Parts: sequence; C-alpha cells; structure tokens
Amino acid sequence: MHNKQVNAAQSGLNRRDFLGAAGGLVVFVAGVGLPMAACAAVTVGSTKPALAADELDSWVAILPDGRVEAYYGKVDLGQSLEVAIGQIVAEELDVPYAKVQVVMGNTASSMNQGGASSALGIQAGAKPLRNAAAEARRILLDLAAHKLDVPVSRLGVNDGVVSVAGDASKTVTYAELIGGKFFNSKVEWNQKIGNPLDIKVQAKVKSPKDYKVVGQSIARNDVAWKVFGTQGNIADVRVPGMLHARVIRTPVAGSLAVKVDLNSISHIPGARVVHEKNFLAVVADKEWDAVKAARDLKVTWSASTRPLPEFAKLHDHIRQAPTVKLDESESRGDVAGALKTAARTLEAQYLWPFQSHASMGPASAVAHVKPDGVTLWTGTQKPHYARDGVANLLKVPADSVHAIWVLGPGSYGRNDAGDAAMDAAMLSKLTGRPVRVQGMRHDGTAWDPKAPASVHRARAAIDANGKITGYDFTSRAFSRATIESNESDPRDSLVGMEMGLPPKGGVTFGTPEESYGFANKRLAWEVIPDLIASASPMRTSHMRDPVGLQIQFASEQFIDELAYATGTDPVAFRIEHAKEPRDQAVLQAAADKAGWQPRGNAPRDRTGAMLKGRGIAYARRAGTIVAVVAEIEVDRKTGRIWGRKFTVAHDCGLIVNPQGLRYTIEGALVQALSRILFEEVQFAPDKVISVDWNTYPILSLKDAPEVVDVVLINRPEAPSTGAGEATCRVVPAAVANAFYDATGVRLRQAPMTPERVLAVLA
Amino acid sequence: MSVTPFTVDGKKVKIDSDPQMPLLYALRDDLKMNNPKFGCGLAQCGACTVHLDGHAVRSCVLPVSAVKGKKVTTLAGLGTPEKPHPIQVAFVEEQVPQCGHCINGWIMTSAAYLKQNPQASDAQIREALQGLKCRCGTHVSILRAIKRAQTLMA
Repeated sequence: MHNKQVNAAQSGLNRRDFLGAAGGLVVFVAGVGLPMAACAAVTVGSTKPALAADELDSWVAILPDGRVEAYYGKVDLGQSLEVAIGQIVAEELDVPYAKVQVVMGNTASSMNQGGASSALGIQAGAKPLRNAAAEARRILLDLAAHKLDVPVSRLGVNDGVVSVAGDASKTVTYAELIGGKFFNSKVEWNQKIGNPLDIKVQAKVKSPKDYKVVGQSIARNDVAWKVFGTQGNIADVRVPGMLHARVIRTPVAGSLAVKVDLNSISHIPGARVVHEKNFLAVVADKEWDAVKAARDLKVTWSASTRPLPEFAKLHDHIRQAPTVKLDESESRGDVAGALKTAARTLEAQYLWPFQSHASMGPASAVAHVKPDGVTLWTGTQKPHYARDGVANLLKVPADSVHAIWVLGPGSYGRNDAGDAAMDAAMLSKLTGRPVRVQGMRHDGTAWDPKAPASVHRARAAIDANGKITGYDFTSRAFSRATIESNESDPRDSLVGMEMGLPPKGGVTFGTPEESYGFANKRLAWEVIPDLIASASPMRTSHMRDPVGLQIQFASEQFIDELAYATGTDPVAFRIEHAKEPRDQAVLQAAADKAGWQPRGNAPRDRTGAMLKGRGIAYARRAGTIVAVVAEIEVDRKTGRIWGRKFTVAHDCGLIVNPQGLRYTIEGALVQALSRILFEEVQFAPDKVISVDWNTYPILSLKDAPEVVDVVLINRPEAPSTGAGEATCRVVPAAVANAFYDATGVRLRQAPMTPERVLAVLA
Repeated sequence: MSVTPFTVDGKKVKIDSDPQMPLLYALRDDLKMNNPKFGCGLAQCGACTVHLDGHAVRSCVLPVSAVKGKKVTTLAGLGTPEKPHPIQVAFVEEQVPQCGHCINGWIMTSAAYLKQNPQASDAQIREALQGLKCRCGTHVSILRAIKRAQTLMA
C-alpha cells in the first residue's frame, strides 16, 4: 500500500483524535489596524466542514504540531510537481517547505481540479492553493493580532511563528493559533470544476520579488521510496479477500466472443469465467491462476471484418477517407490568392503513425463494490473523473464512490489505466468481491488508447525577392480523442461499450502553435472517421502533448524547408518571422548555447560513413516557449540515427523549482526522441500487431543522448506555464532538420527508422 | 502442486504452488513483496529483475521450482535507507525515477553488472543495459547515476 494515500484517507480521523472534546472557539477579531467594515468574524471550529471548493478548510489545514497539509486535486507523476505545489503553499504561509505535505488525488480530501492534464499542474492547479495559503496566513495573523493584542501591521511570520516587531517577548505559533482545528471560513469559488477551478480570497498573494521558497531547487519526496521499494505503486494495492482478474479481449480487431468453453479452464481450481454481454474476464484467488486461466481459456471469436487498412496504406487511407469535420483555427489575408500569384511555391507532406502510451507496466486497479458504497484504487491521472465514470457505469451516486489515486506504472495521458478502473468496478459488482485487475503486456500495448496517425500538408508562396507571401498548413488525421481524455463517461470505456453503451466518438485535432507573422496565413485541420466504431483497439485519446509532436514534426520541418528555399539560416529565418520577443529570445538562447553556426545551401562533403548534422525547431505550447537544437549522427551503412546532443532553451514564465524543471524537460525530450526514432503501432487489416516491446520498440539506453543542455529562462514577471509537455513537440522536427543538415535529404515520415533512413539515402 | 524452499533477502521461505509458476508471482502474490514489478511477463523489460545467487535474472519467466534451495535477493534486500547500496545512493542523489516502475530493473541489473565490471566505460554500460526499458525517458539521469555509483564504489 502507498502510505501517503492511506494517511490521507485517514487524516480526518487523526484530526478528530487530536481535537478531543473541544468545542468550537469563536474569535471576533476586533479589526485591529483595519477599517471596521473589514472586521472579520473568524470561527475556529473543531469540526471540518464537508469538502467543498468554497471552504478554506478544503484546501489547507494546520495540524496540531504546526505542519501544513495542502489538498491538491491534481497528481504528480514523478516530475517534482508535488514539491512545487508544496513550495508555493509554504511561500504564502511563511513556513519552511519541509513542514508542508501535499495530499493528492483522493476524492475524499481533494477537490476535482482535473487531475493531471495538459501540463497545467502549476499553471492552473496551483492557483487555488496559492490563494488558500495566502488566505490562511491572513486569518492566522488576525487571530495572532487578537491573541497578542497588537495590530496586524506589527506582526511578522517566520517558520510558522508569528512575532511582534520590537517586542521579542510576544510570539505565537500557527499550531497554537489553530493547530488541529479548522478555519470555518468561506472563499469565493468560481463555480467551475476541473482545470479552471479557482477561488478568490480577501488576502493578497505575495509579489514574486519577495519569494524565498519558490525558485529553490528542492529535492523530491518520492525518489527514495521508489529506489528502496519501501512503498508500493498501484500494482501493489492488496485488499483482503480480493480476487485477481484478467480481462480477455479479442485478438481480432472488432470481433466478439461467440463461444466460451468453460471446460477449457476446469484444470485450474479456483478460476472461473465472468461473461456479461460482450465483457469477458477470468477471476481467481491466486494471481497465477488468473493468468493461466486467461491464457488457457478457449474462446471462439466471430469472423474478422478486416476493419483496418493495410499497414503500408495507412496514410493513403487518411488522404482518401471522407472528412467528418474541418476546422480553420487561423485564417488571415488571402492565402489562395498568394499561392496563385507567387513567383514560386513550396509544398510538402509529412506523415505520422499511430503511437501507444505503452506504459512501463500494464495498468492495474482494485475496486470494492459494497451495498453502501464503492472504493476504487486507481492509477489513472484523473481520479475524480474515474470516480464519476465508475458511478455512471454502476448507476450509483458519485458521492458513494471513493476514488484513491495511487501512482501508476507510467502515465502520459489517458492510457489503459482508465479501462482497468472501470473493469475492476464492473467485476467487483458482478462477483460481489473486491477485485484486482491487471493487464498483461498485450493489454497495455495493443489495447492502449492510441495517439492518432496523421498526414500534414504544408504550402507556401514565395515572391521574387524570397519573401514568404502565403502560408497554408492543414492536418488531416484521425481524431485526437475518439474517447475523452478523462474517464467520467462509461461510453468512452471498453467495458461500457462491451456492455452495450453507444460510443460517443469525439472529433477534434489541432494546429501549430508559433508566432510566425506571415502576411497571408491559414492553419486548419480535417478529421476522418474512426476505423472501428465500438470497443476499438485503435481508439484514440490524449498522449503526452496531444498531437503536438505530429503537428510540429511537420510544421517546423516545413519552416526549415522554407529557410533553405529562401537561402536563409534556419535560426535567422525563425527569429525574423517569429513575432513575439520571448520567442525570439528562446531561439537565440538555444542557438547561443549550442554554438550554432549558420547553415546554408553550400555544397558539403557527405561521403563519410558517419554523417553529422544539426537542426533546430521551436514552438509555443499554452504560453510556454521552447526551442531545441539537435545534433545527430547518421550511420550511412546501418541507417541508425543517434541523437547525440540536445540543447534546450525553455521559457515557462516564473520558475518554481529549477532542478525539477530540468529533469522534467530531460524526460520529455528523451521520450519524444523515442517517438520520433522508434515508435509506430503496427497492424494488419484484422488485428493490431504491436503487442509488446519487440513489436512496439522504444528507445534503449544505447540510444540515449550523451548530453542534454538545458537553458532555463526565468521570467518572474510572467505567470508560470506548463513544462511537462512543451519540449516533446519540438524534438521530432529538430531531429528531422538535423537529418537534412547531415544528409542533404528530407525524411518526412515518422518514425525515422533505419529502414526509412536507408530508403531515402539509397 | 509442489513445495519449493528457497531464501529471499536472507529469510527462508517455502512456496506451495504450480512448479511452473514464475518466481515473480511467488514474490508478489504469495510473499506480498512490492518489488520486483510486473512489466511484460516476457523478459523484455527487466522490471522483475532479482538476484539469484548474485546474478541478475528475470523473475517473470523463471519457474519457481528453478530456485529451489537458492538465494534470491530483491531490491529490498540489496540495500535499505539505513544501509543503502551505492547504486541506490546514486539513484537517489541523481533523482532518477519518475514513475519508478522500471527502477527495480535498472538498480538490480546495474548492481550485478558493476560488481563484475566496476570500470565499465560509458559505451559498455549502454550496451550491457540496453535490454532494460524506461518509458518516462530518464535514461540520461540513469547514466549519470551509474557513473556516480562507479565513483562511490571505487
């Protein structure tokens, strides 16, 4: 069990123990140092108000010993977010960071702040906690002023001790003021849940110029237990009396179980089949028995309708399929006219495959459905939505479901964790026992919701002077989320669809994010139909930086092509056309740190066995700006690309924890490098071929970069924006542009495998 | 069913099971140990690695009957917060794991490898550990940590 979550779940009880029989203490603050209108009646109480966004106690608590608990409705996936949130709370409360415990992802103690979502952990998720901490400090100072009988203006706080200027004899600690009791104070909630949830408070938050804790590189709390194995993750949740389950899903895409031979597992004592409509599973007391039963169960599947295209013709399929929806996010000037009257035009297409989250371990979950309520232990990164989804699936009230997030075996968007939670809930309902579901490797790869495949078409008009007079970029693709990125609706789950719910089928994609100021410019997308309408192994959902890699692989390669077509250095071209000063600064910082030498069209000797090249790419992502210089080696004989060195310049506004940010950027970069060099979901017309690490290869240690240089541009005047995903989207094009620099040839299809490299170099 | 006696982290245990059941299930399901981890069940990722008489093995494909009378060491037996193995010290100092599901494999495999090859070069380490997987992309810090461990062990 994950101790932190258990503690969180029990913390209400602990508090009551501390409080004993003490009744509510009402303190009327006499408005010392305040105009009378601002006099506040602060009711410090011994009962915690029910969890609600407009209750200060739902965000922050002072424990009897002065430690602070902060209740966070998102989760940290091992990237220092928990530390950053703790720093922000410590900063506003004027307590040391070490005194703050961030309690995450438990629906009994945290509001729904959307879970991990779009790298908004600080950008959106810190807002209510910062405000709540500031408000708590304001109220604590009011209480202290009353107790010490001095105006608030004479008070200061250091390490949770309130002292009086000029009178060292008068101090009081937060613990003495309220420890173990509750603020009973309302805050103004903006009536939203999920990412936009925020609160307004009377207190003013600190100015960044006064920050002492924010900005420090404080180490993570979750490293040691992982390295020593002293706590577990979601795979290690064990509940007394639980059954082990394996869900059995067809190896033939789109087919259904026609006949299940129950006798085929009669040799495994204790194993039995659960079969309800098209949902099929085996359960057993011993895990190995469940694994064996899943392996040995004889199932006759309906004939294949061969619903998938031929693998080699995936992108032809995308080009030829009907358009479900077209969206023009940006259209200015007359692009068609510019293309018609141009001295010359440039056009290229770029191809991206389906990719899988393929998390390190297949998902697991434990659910216990009892008459009086449901407990769910889940590794999903959006536990509040998983609670809602389970409630909707089982048709019980949401407040009767308690979801407890426990760190999963890797989470980069909606992976297989959401289905594991729903499967466990259904199986617990059907068996009347607590049930632990875990996937086998093929469940985590073949049945993982995919990142969509796409074709990107870019066109530009160039006048006689080499000026770009028109720019058109259109993505044509499968929807980025045929199932929603959260699990709140069972119609988006495999078990829901297998039990007969009609799929919802979301339709959306995206466009490049940059600040290029071309005069006539159009950015658009077109989405084509899903391959299989229901319970599809090719259903799509968000995967780290959803569609950012696809789009920027194309758009930032095309920008490079335009630079060379107009005889301009790729860095200079971008700095010339990017209109935002922060974008220009990021580009310049990356180029400076990498020691960028201008590239051009001068002939080069490319006859060597090992070709070396450099490329740059840049993008924005929801306010964050990032540029990457890739330095790669291409082995002409084997076709292997090694991304040897990367230089990243990164501007995400105010930096909360520089070291945590560096590690986050490094991980994002290496994962994106894996996606551009290796990753591609393979399939045949009747089935998914990529089912394990041999059929879905990812980057190995051998392919890891030798150097990742990170330049952090801190902008204390700008609000913090996301850092978990922005770097991902520029790595593919940086590598592709370096490949062109090395070889003089463009490779416009991902992944850039040795086979494709050899084919374009032949 | 048959009984297999062996030693785990210095403790004697007996597992009554299908002799073909992989060691991993004996450790995780019978003995309720949190490490090693299930990653693939196919010996493709290394998350399930333990030491068998000092050698790194993949417990997801090793029948429990094969460890009869032998010494199995898991991550918890390699070192503790009070008495850490140098590899663990280095992985903590370099803040390596993100999700952490793979980390058992990296630590157990590199501990066994460095014991035999304390002076291994960067290229040798990359080659020797290429059969392990990490999905969060922590490879660069893994390399930093192993180099740090080499210094600590020198």
